[in-house]
Amino acid sequence: MQDYNVVFSVLTKINALAGGLFILTAFGIIAMRQVLASLNMFIFQSILLAASAFVLGYQHSSIHLFVVVGITIVIKTILIPYLLRRIISKEVYARREISQVLNIPTSLLIAVALVIFAYFISSPLSNVTNDIFVKLNLPIGLAGLFLGGYVVIVRREAVPQVIGILSMENGAFFTGISIAPDLPLIAELTAAFDVLIIALVMGILTRRIHERVGTTEVGKLTSLREE
Amino acid sequence: MANKIIFNIIQVLVVMAFAPLIKGLINRLKENIQSKKGQSIFQPYLDIWKLFHKNEVISEHSTWIFRITPYIVFITPIFVALLIPVLTGYPLFFAFMGDMLGGGFILALGGFFASLAAVDTGNPYGPMGASRTRMVGFLAEPVFMIVFFTVSFIAGSTIPYIVHKHWVTPLANFFEPSHVLLMLAFLMLIIAETGRIPVDNPSGHFELAMIDESKGLEYSGKAAALMKWGGCMKFFVLLCIFLNVLVTPWGLAQGETLWEVLLAIPFILIKIFAFVIILVVIESSLAKLRLFRITEFLGAAFVTSITAMVTRLLEM
Repeated sequence: MQDYNVVFSVLTKINALAGGLFILTAFGIIAMRQVLASLNMFIFQSILLAASAFVLGYQHSSIHLFVVVGITIVIKTILIPYLLRRIISKEVYARREISQVLNIPTSLLIAVALVIFAYFISSPLSNVTNDIFVKLNLPIGLAGLFLGGYVVIVRREAVPQVIGILSMENGAFFTGISIAPDLPLIAELTAAFDVLIIALVMGILTRRIHERVGTTEVGKLTSLREE
Repeated sequence: MANKIIFNIIQVLVVMAFAPLIKGLINRLKENIQSKKGQSIFQPYLDIWKLFHKNEVISEHSTWIFRITPYIVFITPIFVALLIPVLTGYPLFFAFMGDMLGGGFILALGGFFASLAAVDTGNPYGPMGASRTRMVGFLAEPVFMIVFFTVSFIAGSTIPYIVHKHWVTPLANFFEPSHVLLMLAFLMLIIAETGRIPVDNPSGHFELAMIDESKGLEYSGKAAALMKWGGCMKFFVLLCIFLNVLVTPWGLAQGETLWEVLLAIPFILIKIFAFVIILVVIESSLAKLRLFRITEFLGAAFVTSITAMVTRLLEM
């Protein structure tokens, strides 16, 4: 029994550590200037999601969560970055500065406010349950969701917006694995392939935009007129 | 009681004796990475020795602030060395005179006088460096505050001797997310406060780009030696706080005998050497940031410390 408690407390701490770094990578996606660095942050975030799923899978002895680990690693850390780099021309990644609506320190402060807001609105929900993993994963996943949405709003370039949507999905998964550890396998597979197709379609769309307009700054697309 | 006073004095002597060695080691390793042969690691000792035997020139337009500053810069790290665990794991005679915040204030006093003295002489480069240091300083201040609040909230105290026991009892505490994030934030703070590379280039000789170095340009002779030695000791003391209180609270003397305390000296040196290697790798692989990008660097540190606080405060 003593042994079990020690393992449990170490598992809790590792899960919490993955959660803390998860938020940090979400901040990183907002703060990075290069597109490539944002993409790397997203890869790192997916690895942390896989780590959390692994810990939860061990705790609930659930085979589904181990499948989630496998899917996450294969699709989000290998396939999607490969696709995004392959489809979209190198020119987009080579540019150093990516334009944002707000400057980066302001962005970071707003992001901090969003995280605190996520904790605030999830506190009545997490008071209902006694599961320590739910208490930890729910607000962090929610914060990941908000920060991903914020990236979509604040960035003007297409590729970082795609990364924002993908990291929103990461946040939703981060909450999902703790709330519903026994989700049917088919649902998880669907979600995972959905993401892959989203990345593919958006990547191709971005490539077409880049070929036609010569830029991927979708913030400027509203000023386009038919001649 | 007498024991504890003696150990406290030994701590101060260790800080005074080994601080220039760490600086020499950093310089040597950096040059080695650039595939140069590099200076001897004892070069800072020779520099200080040489400067003590030189004549001193003081501008006739300067006031008493310029004259008194080297002594303040030299003495403030010594006071901090009385408060923090350098060698022993248990509180010494002066340990409860001040906490980590107190130590921060004492170090800030030295920085404050150095800035005043830089403005005092009317040398155009001095005030420029001083105002830049203030800019970095006030951006670093909120991070310091949040880090200390989080530490005091987690460990229930701001006395460093109590804090460093908390992380390892039980060992699972070490992997707490707030602890790891605090370490990251504090590392970024140390880089900013001691003028290391993403923020400032300590080995640059171009006055227009200087942040930290230009404050000491006007000093010569004994005063320059004291400023230099004081700067080394400040770095050493900050590393001791970082390593002994936050990162690796192992290897400190637990017993009350003299030889156990002396045995702790190689341990702290090994820890600092290991950290210096990491620091040199960071310094050699990054470029110096443009002045207005420093906001972003410290903004990232601020966000890290806030995340540390949030994950701890709001999860319960």
